[in-house]
Amino acid sequence: MAVCIAVIAKENYPLYIRSVATQNELKFHYTVHTSLDVVEEKISSVGKALGDQRELYLGLLYPTEDYKMFRKLHNSFTDVMCNPFYNPGDPIQSKAFNGVVSGMMVQTG
Amino acid sequence: MAHEAPFQLLHSELIHYICKTADGADSENGRSVTKLENMGFRVGQGLIERLTKDTARFKDELDVMKFICKDFWTCVFKKQIDNLRTNHQGIYVLQDNKFLLLSHMSAGKQYLEHAPKYLAFTCGLVRGALSNMGVKSIVTAEVSVMPACKFQVMIQKL
Repeated sequence: MAVCIAVIAKENYPLYIRSVATQNELKFHYTVHTSLDVVEEKISSVGKALGDQRELYLGLLYPTEDYKMFRKLHNSFTDVMCNPFYNPGDPIQSKAFNGVVSGMMVQTG
Repeated sequence: MAHEAPFQLLHSELIHYICKTADGADSENGRSVTKLENMGFRVGQGLIERLTKDTARFKDELDVMKFICKDFWTCVFKKQIDNLRTNHQGIYVLQDNKFLLLSHMSAGKQYLEHAPKYLAFTCGLVRGALSNMGVKSIVTAEVSVMPACKFQVMIQKL
């Protein structure tokens, strides 16, 4: 279950970011940014390892993540891209995408 | 997989429509080509997201180009690129000896002057696909004898 989900464009700005409503929302946004550094590290190291671990999913950045979740997210992202009314680079406003994300966030009572 | 005729016919109509709504002045012709290229760009972006959803991460630029020549080309044109050449410094030439979108036009030099319009969409398609794989490029095409044509991809290093 996720506490915060973000989709980052290749120009390093967020296309979509959502967290469970708490007072520490800013902390989550910072965490997302620092995790980008971890992602970049992983990408550069994989390039040298002659592609033996070439999954799109870069593996567990921290040991509490879920492969199925990433897959679902990636699939709904692809659907958003194929929507003719969506311009790449715009913030994501799709209701379907929101629905998938809500399904993955921690439910607060 | 679907037959190639629907795409071929739709593409011809698309060109006809875009060029008809332009006024027939020469400057308009340039704009039609740009419009077609931009359309191809957006289509390429969406298509590549769908196609690469389940594929492994690409090792390097050459890997990306090989994907374009094989899987991507097969998906759109039902065949692979016949020849890929590179100077290993960011320039790639993709040669298709029987390009689907030109094969119904002529088998030689007839209608050669109309060829650029028919290649613009595909140039955009390749540029859009590369763009969403993180590769910025400029794609141009040339034809000397139909239906063979060459697409030249120039990678832009940021």
